[in-house]
Amino acid sequence: MATLTPTERKSPEPARAAPTRTGVRRALSSPLSTVAVLLVTVVWTVPSLGLLITSLRPQQDVAQTGWWDFFAHPHLTLANYHDVLFNGGFGVSDGLMPYLVNSIAITVPATIFPIVLASMAAYVLAWIPFKGSDTIFFVFFALQVVPLQMALVPLLQLFSGGAHIGGLTIFPAVGMGGSYAPVWIAHTMFAMPLAVFLLHNFIAQLPRDLIEAARVDGASHFRVFRSVVLPLATPALASFAIFQFLWVWNDLLVGLTFTGGAPESAPMPSRLAQLSGSFGDHWEILTAGAFVSVVIPLIVFFSLQRYFVRGLLAGSVKG
Amino acid sequence: MWGDTSIKLGNMFGAVAGFLGVLLLLFYLAGFARGRLSRRLAILLLLGPAVLLLLVGIVVPAVRTIYLSLFNEDSTKFLGGGNYTWAFGNSDIHQVLLNTLLWIVIAPILTTALGLVLALLVDRLRGQAVYKSLIFMPMAISFVGASIIWKFVYAYRDPSQPQIGLLSQICMWLGWHNPPNWILSHPLNNFLLMIIMIWVQTGFAMVVLSAAIKAIPEDVTEAAVLDGAQGWRLFANVTIPMIRSTIIVVLTTVMITTLKLFDIIRTMTGGNFGTQVLANEMYSQAFTEFNNGRAGALAVLLFLAVVPLVAYNVAMLRREREVR
Repeated sequence: MATLTPTERKSPEPARAAPTRTGVRRALSSPLSTVAVLLVTVVWTVPSLGLLITSLRPQQDVAQTGWWDFFAHPHLTLANYHDVLFNGGFGVSDGLMPYLVNSIAITVPATIFPIVLASMAAYVLAWIPFKGSDTIFFVFFALQVVPLQMALVPLLQLFSGGAHIGGLTIFPAVGMGGSYAPVWIAHTMFAMPLAVFLLHNFIAQLPRDLIEAARVDGASHFRVFRSVVLPLATPALASFAIFQFLWVWNDLLVGLTFTGGAPESAPMPSRLAQLSGSFGDHWEILTAGAFVSVVIPLIVFFSLQRYFVRGLLAGSVKG
Repeated sequence: MWGDTSIKLGNMFGAVAGFLGVLLLLFYLAGFARGRLSRRLAILLLLGPAVLLLLVGIVVPAVRTIYLSLFNEDSTKFLGGGNYTWAFGNSDIHQVLLNTLLWIVIAPILTTALGLVLALLVDRLRGQAVYKSLIFMPMAISFVGASIIWKFVYAYRDPSQPQIGLLSQICMWLGWHNPPNWILSHPLNNFLLMIIMIWVQTGFAMVVLSAAIKAIPEDVTEAAVLDGAQGWRLFANVTIPMIRSTIIVVLTTVMITTLKLFDIIRTMTGGNFGTQVLANEMYSQAFTEFNNGRAGALAVLLFLAVVPLVAYNVAMLRREREVR
C-alpha cells in the first residue's frame, strides 16, 4: 500500500516515537483505556496460546480435557511433533515433513526469482527511458487489480498442456506431476506487477549523480545495475523479500492449484487445510502441524519487525 | 525420506543457481556490446523477462478466462451470457453473493473501527510496543493457520462431556449449559468466520491509523484545543477529518482482501453449512465441478467487483500523499 521510497525513513511502526500530547489522547488516557487495550490484547493472544499448549499436551489429555486444564495438570510432551512430522499418526499415511520440505523448496526460489526480475525491469523503466516505457510502467501498475482467480484456469491449462498454434508448440508443457516449476513460475508471474511497481518507486529516486557518473566512466547498463543500483536498493529489496517470502509461505490458493495437493510438491498450507477437513478430531496432530507452519513467519516477525511491517503494508492489496 | 529431502532441496538450489548463472552469463556477454546496440540489449534483456511473464501469466490468461466464461463446462459449446444468467438466477449462488456482500461490509467496518479505537488508546500506554506486537502478530500467520487456531476455539463437544473448545466452555461458565455446534449454526457461522478475518487484520488497521494520527500537525490540534474543542468533539471534528483518507484506504484495503477470501472458508467449512463465498465457489466450480465456464463467469464477477475498490483505494492513496 504505502510505497517504499529512499527519502521516506518514517517507519509505520512508530513504537519509539514520543507520544504526542494531544487533547484526544489525554482525554482517553484513563485507566479505563488501559483496561480496554489489555482486554483486547488478551483476547488476541489467548487463541494462539491455546494452540501452542494443545500441541504440547499428551494425546489423551487433549482428547479428554480443554487446554486450560493444562494449568491444573501440566504434562508436556514433544510426541505430537514427532508424530506429525515423521509418522503422520492416526492413519495419516505420511507425516508433514515432506510438505515442510516442499514449502521451503517452493518459497526460496519463488522469492528470489521475482525480486531479481522485477528489479531489472524497474531499473529500465526508471533509468533507460524509451518510447513507450511510461505505458509499460502504467500497465504493470494497472495489472495489480487483476485477482489471481482470473488467471488460474488458463494458466493451469497452459502448464499441463503447453500452447500450440497449428502444429507449432509455442510454449512447452511444464509437466505437472511432482514438479516445483509450475508453482515457482506462477508465484513469479503473480508477484510481478506489485514488485515492479514498488521497486520502481524506490529505484527511480536513487541519486542521479551516482548513476550518471558510473555511466560516464564507461560502465554498461548491466554493470550499473549490478554494482550501483542493487546495493543502493537493498532496503527496498529486503522489505519486498520479506513480504514475498511470507506471502508464498502462507499462500494456499496458488500452492493448491499448481501442485494438486500431491506430497511430492504441495506446500504445508494445502496439507493443513486438507487435514483440518478430514482430521478435525485429532487436535493434537492438527495443532502441532499448524504450529510448525506458523513458527517460521513468527520468527521472521519478531526478529525483523521493522522491515516486516513495512513490507506488509507495502503489499497489502496484492493477490 | 532424507534422500527425498536432499533431492528436493538440491532441486531448489539448482534452480536458483541456474537462474542466477544464466542471468550473469547474459549480462557478461551483453556487456561487450557498444553504442546503440548496448542500450537496446539492456532494455531487451532487463525488461523483457518481466514483460513476458506478465503477458503469459496475467494478461493472456485473464482474457482467456473472459472468453471461457462464455462457453459450457469443457469449452465446446458457446453459451453467450448463459453462465452469467446462471450465476444471478441460481439460488445457491444467491446465498454465495449474499454471504460475500455481508463479508465485505461487516468485516472491513469492524476491523477499521476496532483498529481506530486501538490506535487512539494504545499510544498513550506504557509498554505500547508489546501490545502492538501482540495485536499485529496474527498478520504474520497464514489464513490457514489462523483458521485452525479458531476452529479449535469453536470446537463442539456434547454438553455432557468435558469441553475442549474455548467458546463453548466460556458459555458454560457463564451459565449457558447448552451451547450450539457453532460451525453448523447458520447464519451465525458466517459471523464466527468473520471474526477470524477481523482477528488477522485489526493489527494492520491499528498500525496504519496510529501512524496517520501521529502525522497530524501539532498546531492543528493546538488551535482546536485553544478554541475550546475537547475530548469527543476534538476527536469527531479534528482527528477524524484529518485522517479521513487513511481511514478510507484501510477500509478499502481490508475490503479487497475480504473479497478475495478463500483460505478461511476452505479450511473452516469447505463452503458448507451456508458459508460459501465467491472466491471459494469459483475454485469449487473450476476444480471440483470442472466447469470452466461457470468458474470463469464467477472470476469475472470477482474482477468487476475488485476494480472500483482498487481504483478508489489508489486515488485516495495519491491524494493522501499529496496532502502530506
